[in-house]
This record gives sequence, C-alpha cells and structure tokens, in this order.
Amino acid sequence: MADAHLRVFRGSPTTESRFEEFDVPAEEGMVVLDALHWIQTNEAPDLAVRWNCKAAKCGSCSAEVNGRPSLTCKTRLSDFEEGETIQVEPMRAFPLVRDLVTDVSWNYEVNRAIPPFQPPADQPQETWRWQQEDIERVQEFRKCIECFLCQDVCHVLRNHETKQPFMGPRFLVRSAGLEMHPIDQADRLEHLKDEGGIALCNITKCCTEVCPEHIKITDNAIIPLKERVADRYYDPIQIFWRRLRGGDRAKAPAAAPAADAAVGPSPTDGSPS
Amino acid sequence: MIDRLERHPHDVLVIGAGGAGLRAAMEAADAGANVGLVCKSLLGKAHTVMAEGGVAAALRNVDDRDSWQTHFRDTMVGGKLLNNPRMAQLHAMEAPDRVRELEAWGAVFDRTRDGRILQRPFGGHSHPRLAHVGDRTGLEMIRTLQDRVVAAGIAVYMECTITHLINGRDQVRGALGYWRQSGEPVVFPAKATVLATGGVGRAFQITSNSWEYSGDGQALAYLAGAELIDMEFVQFHPTGMVWPPGVRGLLVTEAVRGEGGILRNKDGDRFMWKYLPDDRRDEYAASDAEAATWVEALSAGRTTDARRPPELSTRDNVARAIYTEVREGRGSPHGGVFLDISYLPADHVRRKLPSMYEQFKELADVDITAGPMEVGPTTHYIMGGIRVDPETGATTRAGLFAAGEVSGGMHGANRLGGNSLSDLLVFGQRTGAGAADYAKTHDDEPWLDPAAIQAALGELSAPFQPDDRGEGESPYRLHEELQAVMQSRVGIFRTADDLDEAIKSLDALRRRWPNVRVSGGRAYNPSWNLAFDVRNMIVVSEAIARSARQREESRGAHSRIDFPEPDDKKWGTKNSVVRLGVDGLEVGTSKLPKLPDELRGLLAKEAH
Repeated sequence: MADAHLRVFRGSPTTESRFEEFDVPAEEGMVVLDALHWIQTNEAPDLAVRWNCKAAKCGSCSAEVNGRPSLTCKTRLSDFEEGETIQVEPMRAFPLVRDLVTDVSWNYEVNRAIPPFQPPADQPQETWRWQQEDIERVQEFRKCIECFLCQDVCHVLRNHETKQPFMGPRFLVRSAGLEMHPIDQADRLEHLKDEGGIALCNITKCCTEVCPEHIKITDNAIIPLKERVADRYYDPIQIFWRRLRGGDRAKAPAAAPAADAAVGPSPTDGSPS
Repeated sequence: MIDRLERHPHDVLVIGAGGAGLRAAMEAADAGANVGLVCKSLLGKAHTVMAEGGVAAALRNVDDRDSWQTHFRDTMVGGKLLNNPRMAQLHAMEAPDRVRELEAWGAVFDRTRDGRILQRPFGGHSHPRLAHVGDRTGLEMIRTLQDRVVAAGIAVYMECTITHLINGRDQVRGALGYWRQSGEPVVFPAKATVLATGGVGRAFQITSNSWEYSGDGQALAYLAGAELIDMEFVQFHPTGMVWPPGVRGLLVTEAVRGEGGILRNKDGDRFMWKYLPDDRRDEYAASDAEAATWVEALSAGRTTDARRPPELSTRDNVARAIYTEVREGRGSPHGGVFLDISYLPADHVRRKLPSMYEQFKELADVDITAGPMEVGPTTHYIMGGIRVDPETGATTRAGLFAAGEVSGGMHGANRLGGNSLSDLLVFGQRTGAGAADYAKTHDDEPWLDPAAIQAALGELSAPFQPDDRGEGESPYRLHEELQAVMQSRVGIFRTADDLDEAIKSLDALRRRWPNVRVSGGRAYNPSWNLAFDVRNMIVVSEAIARSARQREESRGAHSRIDFPEPDDKKWGTKNSVVRLGVDGLEVGTSKLPKLPDELRGLLAKEAH
C-alpha cells in the first residue's frame, strides 16, 4: 500500500501551534490511531495522544479527522482517497492540553451535578421484574462510551452561542437513561430545564450523526426529555390541573446532589478546579 | 523541593479505577474512611470497560440446578486445583449478592422471559451463569460503579500515574507519581494503600489489553517487598482477531461460543472434538446433533438435557487447540481458524453480540451474520499476582492491599471466563473493607521518608538528563524488544531453552533501562510516561519467565513442551513465589493452602 500522508496538529496553550506533516507506511486495515503510534515510535516521540483500548470501547481517542469528530481507533486509512492528506486535530470544544489531547474535565463536573439513580424505598429488589423490551431504550443510552464527540460537534457548546448553561448531548443521554429506568424515582426535570439548559438544543441532530455507538441521541433521548420538561413547565392546562391538585411534582423530589459542581456556560471557559 | 510537593493525604488510597478499584473505594468510603482514588486514565476508561461476555454468579435464574457449590467446583476444576480454595469459596458464595447489588445501584442487565437477570453459558461453567448486557457487560459495570463513586463524593485523581510506593520501615505509607497533563510530581500519604491496577498484557505483542496494562501494581508491590505468586500462569484467550494486522489481538468475546459459535479449521473440521480432555469428555455433547440441540434450546430460552458444545471447553484448552491446528498447517488464510455463528438468524446474532457485529463490520469488512470470523489466541489475563489474604485483601507487606487481576490465587492455573468480573466485585468489596479497617487501627499520621521521596523524584527526572554519550535508549524500542521476547519465548508453549534465552534477554533489558532518554517536556509526554511503564513490564516479565522456567510441568495455561504432563506429586500442591531478595529477584515455592474437608467433599462428590 502507498504511504498515508498525515497532517497533525502540534502545540499547547504556552507554545506556538503548528501542523506537522508525516508520511506513514500503511498496512491493510490500519486506522488513524495506528498511524499516530507509528509517528510516536519513529518521528515524534513526544506527540501527545490520549488512547486506551484501540477497540472502540473506551472512547478515549477522540479527535477531529479532516474536520469530522471521530474515534481515531475506528477511522481507517482506507476510508480516504489515495494521496489525500489526513488532517488530525484535537477536539475544538474543549481547552487544549497538548497536541491532540484536550481537557475534558468540564464533562465530569457536569455529570456530577445530575441527580443520581434512586430506587424505590418500598419495593424490595426480589420483586423487581423488568421485561427485555421495556429496558431496551435505557440500554441504548447506556451504550454510551463517553467519547464526548457529541459534545464536540454540538454547536451550542462548540461556538459558545449562549452564556446560559447547557449540559450537552452526552448528559442529556445520561439523564434520559436515568429518567427512563424502569424503577428510578428521582426527578430531574428542573435540573434539565435550569442547569441542563435543555431548551437550548435546537435538534439539528449533529450529535446523532457522530455517535460511534449509533445512539439516536436527538430522537430517542433529547426530544422525549424536552417533551417532559415542556409538559411540566410550559403546558398551561397541566399547570392549571397541578395547581388544582395542590402539587407540583409528578414524582418524589430527588435527593439534592452535591451542589459544588460549576456548570459553566461553556466547556472552554477555563478548566474547573 | 519536598516541602513544596503537592500532597493529598487519605486514610485509604486506591490505585486503579477499574471494577476492583471502584468497588474497593466504594466499600472503604461506606466504612467511613476518607478515600482517594487514583487512575492513569480518565475515569471510566479502565480495562474493565472492555469486558464483554458477562459476570459469573450462581443466581439460578436460568437453571435452578446451579449453586455456589457447583460454581466453586467449576472454578477449582478450571484452575487445575491450584486455586486458593478459600478465595474460590468466598467468590462463589458472594458473587450473587455482588451482582444483585449492582442492579440495585442502577445496572440494567439483560432479562429472562419472567423479567429477572438473564444468564448465559460460558466455557467451563456447568450451567448458564453469566449475567450480562449483550456483549458490553464491562461497560455497564464500570459505569454503574463510577456513578456510585461520583455520587458518594469520593476524591478521584484522573490521569495520574503512580510510579513509586512510599515504603516506611515496617509498612507502606502511600504513593508517589506524576500528573500526566502537567508532568508535575504528586504524593499521596495514606494509612492503607490498595493496588487495583490490573494485568500486564502489553508485555506481549499480540494482546487484547489496553496500553494501561503494564504490570504497575505487581511491580510496585514486588519492589516494596510483597510476594507475587503463580506468575507463570498467563491466559491466552483462544479468540482474538487475526486480520487485518492493525487489529491483531483484539478480543472476540467467548460469548460468541457461548451463543453457539462453532470452530472449524481450513478443511471444515470441527476440531474441538479432538481436544476435549478425556476425564471431562462426558460433560460435553457427544455429537454435532446434541450440540445443535443445546444451541437451539439456549436460543429459545429453554433448559435442556443436551450437553454443551465442545467449543465451551476451558480457555487454556481451546487456545492450545487453535494454536496446534495452525502450527500443523490447518489454519485459515491469515493464521487463525474459523469461528462461525452465521448459521443462526441474523437479527438474533446482532442482538446477542452487537459489539462483535460492529467490530468486524467496521474494522475487518466481515459480516459475522453472513460468514465466519478468523480468530487466534491473544494474551488476555494473568492468573498470578500479588499474594493476598482471602478475607481482607492484605498483601504480605503491611499497609498494602490488592484486589482484582493484580492479585493472585483466586483463579489457580487457568481462569474461567466470567470469573474475572465477579472476582473484582467480591474481592474489591472485601479489600475495601480490609483497607478501611486497617486504616482505623493504624491511626498515626503517615511519615514519609524524605530520602525515599528524593530518590523517587530523581528517578522521575532521570530520562530527561542529557544524552552526552549518545547511548540513550528509546522507551519505544525497549518496549518493542520486550514484546518480541515475551511473544516468541514465553508464549502458549514453552521450553527450558526458550525460557533461558528469555531470562537472559530480560536481564539485558533491565540493565539497559536506566539509560532511557526522552525529548520534550513533562506535560503529556507519552515517551516519558512509557519509560516507567516499561520498567514495570520488565520486572513483571522477569517474574513470569523465571516462574515458568521453574515449574517443570504443564498445568492450565502453563504448557511446557519439555514437560507435557501435569506432575501432581511434585507441583500439584505448590505455588510459585517471587520476591525481591538482596541480589534481586528470587523464585521459590510455597505449599498450597490446605483444602478444608468440607470443600474437598464438594470436589469429590461432584467430580466425574
């Protein structure tokens, strides 16, 4: 096979950034991450790349390959035309650490603020019976490998279009997995509306397109959650009935999560402590 | 310098955030300890995430003939009776509670028709026993545990590599390492330290393991004076991908065979019939027809009296069979054999094995619902490890604990599939409790020896020294050379000559290691990071090779061409032991823990 031509971003916040070019001997079945490893071993030993499993199961090696948010372990060199330059850049939605590595810690802060799973206190586990077809939707959300490609591609996060907080598609998926769990009792709608900023998503479905696990993020997670939030907070008839009944909550209130997480309006505003 | 060092003191420090580390951290926190959890990668990326097939526990949801006693017996038989019997007993007894606990914490396992946790068959297990989520069970487990740890507010230090344990005069006092993002050193004083760092697959060329698997915990424990046992027992998983070259070694889950996958050589022979051990033959189907009946019943969710297919023999046996078929010229075009599940309905295969379907389609252009896969053995797991107390996870060094793959004893000479995920839950829980308890009773403030810290800091800086004489070694090259030695001379079949050569080569690599030089800065510099991974891999590889040289018999995953049979009299009751002596690595043996009469009875009664 002909050599693959890679153009790789190098640099850090304290050094000048640049692209470096490498010709990498290609073997059948090789992926972009293999090419980056070849570069480390032979040309640029200190090239920073985050990776773990090289099997598309851990979601560590996310980058932008020719502009498209991708897992480099799953992007084959044969996906490109012969002679085409393969440009590899770090995810743009997060602060740069060095070369292809970004600081994704903001995601962990957002995650920490989501009210956790809460099983019912009055239903002993021995009695839990869930049908497979009833849990398949939740299992779809739980396939997420946290590669954060959906966060990277999401224009709300990427372009900082707003100063309001927005948790991003990954954490809408996580919230959906909890909300649709067959026995979960917690209530996350207020969190989704306020800290989660669910209304900011205008369902362009870019997240669904880049998901390596093929989770239908927009259709199956975000839209149903938007409907639940709208029903509670914006449907005048519902609001009237709730007032009449004297309650405001469909479910029992959640245990308050640790409120120390700074859910900033954008992941690149600086790394949270 | 030492005064300005970043410090994070904890009662219990857990190193490694895979299943064992997360479970240990959770338990220690529940016991009231102030816990710190350190991991080399981002949280949730540890190797547990790659576990596919399931977690073994005698829940009796699919077949109520199962029991902890049968699980114990299967584990001991699979381990060729070299297991620590108390560990195998605790594991079998406690695994069901640990699995149910995950469900109570939010895990969503696949279900039976009556809505309970579904269990699937696996090699060496007498009954369908593995709770699972398709073929991504590890992801479900790690996410559930991770969410729990985060909700509990446990301090997590991500992308932080521990390079040194701080050894006090009589006990381990914590650990020192560096932040990967900045390269700055950091120290974690601790009353109790738990190692949960997993295995050492990256010492081999062909492996299913991620880059993190560099034997850190085994090496740190050994250097701190703790004992390692049974290090020669390295599991070669029978089915890794063999083509294309970029994915060679990538795991093909045993669940493919658990769901009915058939192994054939290039002549179309179902060769596993030939390799069933005589003393276990009656546990397996007698014909293709009986095996097919078993698969049909399984797919339909019925129990059956038909016995399981020959492909569900133990991993050591299937790996040797495949290796032998290939060596004798009956392999597939790319040096493996064929594994076929395409005779089952396509949507059934896609539902039961979604990530295998995806993996082959995306990485090899193979549709597993339409034709066979090519597979061959890949380094997968190490049964040996740090010697631990079954009840508490305490190592032979005070203040130091270990759980999960990094520890030894539980699996004997060969691990059954599915017993690793249950191992890390059962012993993660016990070790977290043991460490918290130790921290409570050793209430003095850890004192860190400044000389030890200074030496560790010096070692961290050494690779940046100028390479005046041009003798600097590239960590990448050392790693490649190490992998070549281990792959070619310490693999599935071993001989005294090969092992002697390997030991010589490893000795040379160890002497060259201090000359490792790297360029660039400390911030996220993979060559500098690799230097310390390679140090650990060299130490652990030497322990593997020397133990393998010593054990002159074949047992479980350790196959000596020059000693092809088990030698029960001489070796059947001995653990191999490795420790740091005055002149370096010492290898010896110790007597296997006694098998109590009531457990011996279980083996005698049910053994055929």
